[in-house]
Amino acid sequence: MWKWLHPYANPEVSYHFTDKIKPWFGWATFLLLSIGFVWALLFAPADYQQGESFRIFYIHVPSAILSAGIYAGMATAALCSLVWQFKLADASVSALAPIGAIFTAIALVTGAAWGKPMWGTWWVWDARLTSELILLFLYLGVIALNNAFDDKQMAGKAAGILALVGVINLPIIKYSVEWWNTLHQGATVSKLGAPAMAAEMYWPFLFCFLGFIGLVGYVTCIRFQTEVISRNKMRPWVRALVCDNNQPEEAK
Amino acid sequence: MSATALSYRKTFSLILKRDLTIAFRHKDEMLNPLLFFIIVVTLFPLGIGPETNTLAKIAPGIIWVSSLLATLLSLDRLFKADHNDGSLEQMLISPQPLFIFTLAKICAHWLLTGLPLILVAPLLAVLLHLPEQSYQALFLTLLFGTPVLSFIGAIGAALTVGIKKGGVLLSLIVLPLYIPVLIFATSAIDTASMSLPYGGQLAIIAALFFGTLTLAPFAVGAALKVSTN
Amino acid sequence: MQFESFSAFLDMGGYGFYVWLSYGVSLALLITLLVGSKISNRNTREQIARQIKREQKLKLAAKQQAQQEVTNES
Repeated sequence: MWKWLHPYANPEVSYHFTDKIKPWFGWATFLLLSIGFVWALLFAPADYQQGESFRIFYIHVPSAILSAGIYAGMATAALCSLVWQFKLADASVSALAPIGAIFTAIALVTGAAWGKPMWGTWWVWDARLTSELILLFLYLGVIALNNAFDDKQMAGKAAGILALVGVINLPIIKYSVEWWNTLHQGATVSKLGAPAMAAEMYWPFLFCFLGFIGLVGYVTCIRFQTEVISRNKMRPWVRALVCDNNQPEEAK
Repeated sequence: MSATALSYRKTFSLILKRDLTIAFRHKDEMLNPLLFFIIVVTLFPLGIGPETNTLAKIAPGIIWVSSLLATLLSLDRLFKADHNDGSLEQMLISPQPLFIFTLAKICAHWLLTGLPLILVAPLLAVLLHLPEQSYQALFLTLLFGTPVLSFIGAIGAALTVGIKKGGVLLSLIVLPLYIPVLIFATSAIDTASMSLPYGGQLAIIAALFFGTLTLAPFAVGAALKVSTN
Repeated sequence: MQFESFSAFLDMGGYGFYVWLSYGVSLALLITLLVGSKISNRNTREQIARQIKREQKLKLAAKQQAQQEVTNES
């Protein structure tokens, strides 16, 4: 496996690889999300308890899953960078943090918009909501640290260390918040549980979820490329690439 | 090779003594976080109102949030001076393991900020009408909790040491990581005020203390290496 | 199709505001992310291109100066 992975430690090879897979992610996102959204908004049945407000589910749940998933991915990249000194892993830490923050924000906003009609308030200090909010703070910390350095390489490494510290802390925070919640609030709002989902709800959900994953992949490719070229400004291949891409525009 | 002959204990006590000496030469810098702590705590009754019951109810939260903020205020200078005069680089390239240096520096930080907070806290608890039965809990949570604040905060301080205006950034990074300590400490004090056993919460804070004691110096070392190259 | 008319679709069984709020905000955030990423990518490329151009100009100027000195000497 190492032999197969080895070439991708070279920034140029990785750059061209992301260039190759980027359009696939783009088209997959476009198709899956357009089908998923139309299905979710028009054709999926209304929930027998929650009515049409259940349609928020199709963006809330995928983005909530992805908000945690992206953090895990970011921490894995940070670990790779710290242990094996992969320079490109830093680049992916810097690339992933803003994406994760956006999905966390979406999960929070849609959660609030779902909570208002269902629970009667925009916000409750519920364990899940609180830990999602703290996750957003952790993301913002990583982004702020990443932006504070002038040197991109250092920025990526520092952000990676913070992401790793955060990933050790996340279970503790989650546990403590859950514990705090049960202690302070007796019987809270009834959770939305996980009812066995009907197939006609499951399929649009799957389309939306896969579409969101595709979008994450697509945006990650773009951001990763930005990070790679800004870290390798002086390399001939970056210079050739930049000049190549800018000339046709100037000719117009 | 005489430098390598220094034992770990010797290195530790040397750094600790050095940091304490430096701090005692700048007494006002050392006292400022403490004063900040006292002032913030006195601001709460002014903002909320003087009812005894309300104050007693929120006293643990106020004391703990204020001590978080006071610790945060003092973190900025944990590595800054050493970074500016170059002694941090000397520590990084010395043959002694980085773990010892960071541990010593964090211990010195706690002695200078955490310990005074513990000493002042009972006084403020009186001002906030904290029930008598929770004094012991307040003392114990502060005793185990403030070192955790120093350890976690040191990671943030090490990450931001190379940045010119790292103060606000430092709080943004570190505060979310302080949440578990805050939750368990305040709930231990709350439980104690109802005369219930609070051993569980205290055990978790102690676990956090030993966890950060063993892990944080490594993270701090890695962070220092990144931000000083 | 779950809805009988377009207005029923907009109304979402009384939950219209919440449903459209969440879809709208999500789409806006995602589009911001996508466009922002693309713009920063383009800016980085342009910045590097500018840097290259400046270096080339400097190199050219240095060469011309050297040539001038040679002609002056002879």
